[in-house]
Amino acid sequence: MAALEAGTSAPSFNLSSTPDQKVNLSDFKGENLILAFYPADWSPVCSDQMAIYNELLPEFRKHRAHLLGVSVDGVWCHAAFARDRKFHFPLLADFEPKGAIASAYGVYREKEGITERALFVIDGSGAIRWSYVSPLGVNPGADGILEALESIGSKPAPEPSKNEGRAA
Amino acid sequence: MSKLKIPITDRDHVRGAKDAALVLVEYGDYQCPFCAAAEARLRLVERALPGDIQRVYRHFPLTQAHEYAFPAAVSAEAAGVQGSFWEMHETLFENQANLGPGSFETFAVELGLDLDAFREAFTSDAVQNRIKEDFRGGVRSGVNGTPSVYLNGVKYEGPLDPDVLIRLMKAA
Repeated sequence: MAALEAGTSAPSFNLSSTPDQKVNLSDFKGENLILAFYPADWSPVCSDQMAIYNELLPEFRKHRAHLLGVSVDGVWCHAAFARDRKFHFPLLADFEPKGAIASAYGVYREKEGITERALFVIDGSGAIRWSYVSPLGVNPGADGILEALESIGSKPAPEPSKNEGRAA
Repeated sequence: MSKLKIPITDRDHVRGAKDAALVLVEYGDYQCPFCAAAEARLRLVERALPGDIQRVYRHFPLTQAHEYAFPAAVSAEAAGVQGSFWEMHETLFENQANLGPGSFETFAVELGLDLDAFREAFTSDAVQNRIKEDFRGGVRSGVNGTPSVYLNGVKYEGPLDPDVLIRLMKAA
């Protein structure tokens, strides 16, 4: 399974962020979106990765970008994890059917039942502008995300037609 | 492989040999236990290679995870205004378990700093901005956790083991 690449339009999703809240791709129309898939709550590498993103939220906001973390963990697990780490961004539960959204983005690891450690930067028209899959145990940092956001800032978003997104 | 994107300049905290063959840049957090462990090991490396190594420290405080990481970095900078950056740096790591609201001024007094000047620097925009600048620069260079170490401008992903580092540096 290969991760969706720049130029593809982002598959829609509607996932729970808390027991009574859902988050939709369409909620972010006109804004940039960072989707950070990670294998599991509580595992050491993810935690560092998310801690750095947590620090960078103001920087992301400067680029009109919102951040969403996604894993196959359930909402209660996410709630405990986010509270423990003081995260100020939503964690989405790709929980039922398990990994469905990760599969749509091409980053589900069927065998292990977890998502890849993968990043997608999506522009305001819903086009993927950059994607990256990191080796599972390697924290990809944030330099790639910031470069992708800058490139969106300097190039106009592609026409909102269904194809021909531009490679970032 | 990530490269150091922010060159070393006069603004950096640097110690060791001036034109050293080996330049080690660390992005760290004073409340990170791995950084405290790394500090002791890096000092062994510095001692083993006198004259050959230059050390640079930049701030990468994970403020949401570590309550005192930012004020600790501010303390180091405020001490730096009085020429005592590295003394405060070492004090902070050595006393990591005791970092807290009252601790920073106590350290300043123990280091013989002018407390009024320390307080003034502590709240100055220049000091606060500099730490944020370090953080942003670290992100640009691919810092993905603390400590992140760059050897001669290239991110080092191996173990922070003094023997390994010394061997590696002697071979460089």
